[in-house]
Amino acid sequence: MTGITAAAALAIGITPLARLRRLGQRHNLPDDVQMWLKMEWANPGGSVKDRPALAIVQAALESGDLGSGKTLIDSSSGNTGLSYAMLGAAYGFPVTIVLPGSASAERKQILRVYGAKLIESDALEGSDGAIRLVRQLVAESPDRYFFADQYGNPNNVLAHFEGTGPEIWRQTAGKVTHFVASLGTTGTMIGTGRYLKIANPAIQTVAVQPTDAFHGIEGLKHLPTAIVPPIYDETVVDVHLTCDTDRAYDLTRELAAVEGLFAGTSTGAALSGALATARSLADGGQSGLIVAIAPDGGSKYLSTGLWSGYEPDM
Amino acid sequence: MADAVSTANIVVLIPAPLRRFTNGEAKISSSGATVGELIDTLEASYPGIRDRICEADGRIRRFVNVFVNGANVRSGDGAATTLKAGDEVGIVPAMAGGC
Repeated sequence: MTGITAAAALAIGITPLARLRRLGQRHNLPDDVQMWLKMEWANPGGSVKDRPALAIVQAALESGDLGSGKTLIDSSSGNTGLSYAMLGAAYGFPVTIVLPGSASAERKQILRVYGAKLIESDALEGSDGAIRLVRQLVAESPDRYFFADQYGNPNNVLAHFEGTGPEIWRQTAGKVTHFVASLGTTGTMIGTGRYLKIANPAIQTVAVQPTDAFHGIEGLKHLPTAIVPPIYDETVVDVHLTCDTDRAYDLTRELAAVEGLFAGTSTGAALSGALATARSLADGGQSGLIVAIAPDGGSKYLSTGLWSGYEPDM
Repeated sequence: MADAVSTANIVVLIPAPLRRFTNGEAKISSSGATVGELIDTLEASYPGIRDRICEADGRIRRFVNVFVNGANVRSGDGAATTLKAGDEVGIVPAMAGGC
């Protein structure tokens, strides 16, 4: 990408990757089965979504779809909306985010602080309801909006193919054997997975989804019952695992208590996939270097049930 | 006198991911003296739905919000919240679950 000058944009990417040594010991993993976590909360907008948002915005600025007075619009109950709002403030274009009314209070506040406009869709219809509403709004006023379309825009995948994938390869000195990511738009898995499989065709990709359509893991989709993102490519995924909400929450809390890393709920889901992969390798007497993506930090979930009430058995 | 709580006079709004239990219906009528009893009544008509909403001990799962006439029961009596004829109960994931 060329011509990136905004401070917020320059700070995106090259996130820390570190081994979860204590978590591995706690789960009785041998030393040659390693779990590493890529900490995407280190991006300036607070999540992995800064990467696809920047790629989408950069491409639109270069093509003239943005910067000519149009408003960037997309549906996002979560982090992508925050990234767009941040970039809208940084580059000076208006942003409208369509999100379900059930999105957390923190998210709505942060969007407003960046100056974005919010349109709330029916909470009962979830994120798919927001997707349908934004498509309707764009169809009604095509000249007014640039539809960023995080679920269908190929620049989402490109961001990870050019960024996340090469970073992981370099940061592990080419030793990564397994890549684990939870599925939302699926951009992280598809872009990163494609790059890593070119770098080393033996690398195994592991995708994690919620066990049930009715779940509390922010950012994730239950693909069998949701609108499947157009950018999804099933040929990139070697192994499909699922994680239920309680396990995702428990692992997220364990990560904070054992490694001092305060992550969001989808990280817990990714960790369940990393642990299952590690266990399988250890039981088979094989070694491995597993890299899992931590999409965001835990502070945006303080108003939800994640950090209060039920205590995990630790 | 008829037992008012056995009459299906409470409107229940069902979120999209749970409609596979209610034959696709987004709005149904049910009954119950409390939120907990309402969920039990729903289970009798739509088996499997209770486990999605509640823990085994009847507490509402931590990622689920139940609203009675717009008020979140989590800040009140939870599953013990009393209901009356004409109430509207909404079941909503605490997070929007998207990207």
